[in-house]
Amino acid sequence: MIIGGFFGSICRFALGEWIHINNGFPLGTFLINLIGCFFLGWFLTFVNQKGIIKPEFALLVGTGFVGSFTTFSTFSVETLNLFREGLIFMAFLYVLASTVLGIVLAFSGYKLALKKTQVM
Amino acid sequence: MIWVIGIGGSLGAAVRFVVGYLVSKGTRKENVFPLGTWIVNITGSFLLGLITQLHFSNDISEWLWFFGGVGFCGAYTTFSTFGTETITLIESNKINTAAIYVATSILVGIISATIGFYI
Repeated sequence: MIIGGFFGSICRFALGEWIHINNGFPLGTFLINLIGCFFLGWFLTFVNQKGIIKPEFALLVGTGFVGSFTTFSTFSVETLNLFREGLIFMAFLYVLASTVLGIVLAFSGYKLALKKTQVM
Repeated sequence: MIWVIGIGGSLGAAVRFVVGYLVSKGTRKENVFPLGTWIVNITGSFLLGLITQLHFSNDISEWLWFFGGVGFCGAYTTFSTFGTETITLIESNKINTAAIYVATSILVGIISATIGFYI
């Protein structure tokens, strides 16, 4: 799990640095959180149903890597910064889009895992 | 520099796990309010607000910012678990709990980041 946390954080930083746009919208964290939601939704369901993956491995990937890859604190502080810069609309858009899409994607991941295991 | 983020992230993930474990020991039941993640995200938002302020005012070294802010706080808090827990609540028909979980996480999270920033 600690190893997962190590790589999750580094990947988050690397991807965040790579995705840079300058209109104020925190696209890096936004995409990172959405990708993480989708993947974790899929992964946890998959692991639960299969039971062939070792619990240690699930902990490394799920809690460690994906948990550290996505971030809530940066999301809060970025929203605060948007408010401070007077970008009120952008702040609301960021919060709403992150939450709604995050939950929808986590659900899609969950459904995808269900479908796959039913076929098999 | 990348190592510093990784080490901070390892610590963050470990502390998140310990907090989650300690909290869930009290409430063993499935499908209840995910208090562990809630506490982690709120306290982490506060801490990052504080560290961001120190970083902006150049009161802490770049090293400490990468370690504590990007690494530790980033990994300590989590958005993906927040998303999947919400789905679990919705799937077990706990719509109200899910709505309260989402609304309070975001509202209290941003408020605690603000308090941390202006403290």
